[in-house]
Amino acid sequence: MPTITYIEHDGTEHQVEAEVGATLMQSALDNGVPGIDGDCGGECSCATCHVMVKEDWTSTVGGPNDSEEEMLDLNPERLSNSRLSCQIEITEELDGLVVELPEFQF
Amino acid sequence: MTEQISPSTLNMVDHEPYDIPLDKFDISQQALWAQDKKMEYFRRLRDEAPVHFCSDSEFGPYWSLTRYADILEVDKNWKDFSSEPAITIVDPEEDFPLPMFIAMDPPKHDEQRKTVQGAVAPVNLKALESTIRLRTQNVLSDLPVGEDFDWVDRVSIELTTQMLATLFDFPFEDRRKLTRWSDVATGGPETGVVESDEQRQEELLECLEYFTRLWQERAKKGASNDFISMLVHGEATKDMSPEEYLGNLILLIVGGNDTTRNSMTSGVIALNDNPGEYAKLRNNPMLIPNMVSEIIRWQTPLAHMRRIANRDYKLSGKTIKRGDKVIMWYLSGNRDERSIDRPDEFLIDRKQARQHLAFGFGPHRCMGNRLAELQLRILWEEIQKRFHFIEVTGVPELVPSNFVHGFVSLPVRLHPL
Repeated sequence: MPTITYIEHDGTEHQVEAEVGATLMQSALDNGVPGIDGDCGGECSCATCHVMVKEDWTSTVGGPNDSEEEMLDLNPERLSNSRLSCQIEITEELDGLVVELPEFQF
Repeated sequence: MTEQISPSTLNMVDHEPYDIPLDKFDISQQALWAQDKKMEYFRRLRDEAPVHFCSDSEFGPYWSLTRYADILEVDKNWKDFSSEPAITIVDPEEDFPLPMFIAMDPPKHDEQRKTVQGAVAPVNLKALESTIRLRTQNVLSDLPVGEDFDWVDRVSIELTTQMLATLFDFPFEDRRKLTRWSDVATGGPETGVVESDEQRQEELLECLEYFTRLWQERAKKGASNDFISMLVHGEATKDMSPEEYLGNLILLIVGGNDTTRNSMTSGVIALNDNPGEYAKLRNNPMLIPNMVSEIIRWQTPLAHMRRIANRDYKLSGKTIKRGDKVIMWYLSGNRDERSIDRPDEFLIDRKQARQHLAFGFGPHRCMGNRLAELQLRILWEEIQKRFHFIEVTGVPELVPSNFVHGFVSLPVRLHPL
């Protein structure tokens, strides 16, 4: 199972063994990582599962899709490496991925 | 029953929910809401006609969506379902249009929303938290003990109006004007809030006049973090017409007023009706953030939002035609057992309590959701420090509206710790 690291705004790290096929959002919720809400349940319609992908991972993970970009765009605190974690599917390729969590969800 | 009755003439409250043919159903009728009888009618729609067409009503023909999943599908699909020209079941008055960004589609919606969004962005809320707490403490300290009083007036209206005054940097002593304008904006003569449409327009024009003075004041000063200044200095909003200024003001006033006000009242009622949950709260105040989400789901202070289909669209076996009015009944979706476990129970420790429809989904999702949650959390934290029991001592009076789902008054008596 790929290992994913979520880093909270205060620096606290959470290492999670994520299931292939789950989303990055669901893996956080299933493993009790705080700081991700996922209010819409993974429908790309609330932007409360915002993460920032660590720089060296951005090309592997890729950028936001169109509807994701529309939701991210409304958040004044989004950054160039921002993604909605419900739109990232866990694959073997993502083993070792590091994402940072914002101080607040939208 | 007589034959050939159109839904608009069949008075729903005079019949039991299961005695009316579905093609005569008109869930929008005010009496159902004033008498709090709508929930059983919604249950039947969810079970038997989740995508339901009402061919004739006071508001014209409209579709009702009552299941959680259907509402979510339409709410997030802004390309096929337009928010223009209005977001409630009532069509805009032709001689008195009130353009506002919630009733615009992207990209204009996004530009205007982004102009003001920052005022209620979480990072700014951190700075507001101590102010909100101090005011909440003051309002609660001033309440009478040992006698009945109106919770809506003394707490819910007072706290939300103070908050609004701060967000607008509005003259504090005049803040109850904001409450009045909010009530007038969401209610016409049919709700008793005004005598006539003319009176409503007059009062809203007074609102515009007042805010135009504030606009001129702020225009002379540098940009700051209040809503008016943001509109004055914002690229997308600085050249707005007066109608559009008024429309957006009303959006921000109503958005910050009716919603949180009614959730502040609803929580007291729900805890009185569910003493076991009240006991859980007393034993574990750490449940407050979760309870706040449950209160918002339970009340769903805005009962619906409306869209217009941009094309023919198939939904759960029905075809919604291009141009049709579609009402997403958030209140019903939040009681849909297909998506929410034991939806008719108020459970302050509910799992996944945040997954509810009350803030909407998609680009129009409530901009002030985090502020609302913050205000409610602080209110309940401060209540629990002071009072063992807020006892409901009479019957709450309901707002007779199918949009603002809330309370005119609620008699209570305090029992301190």
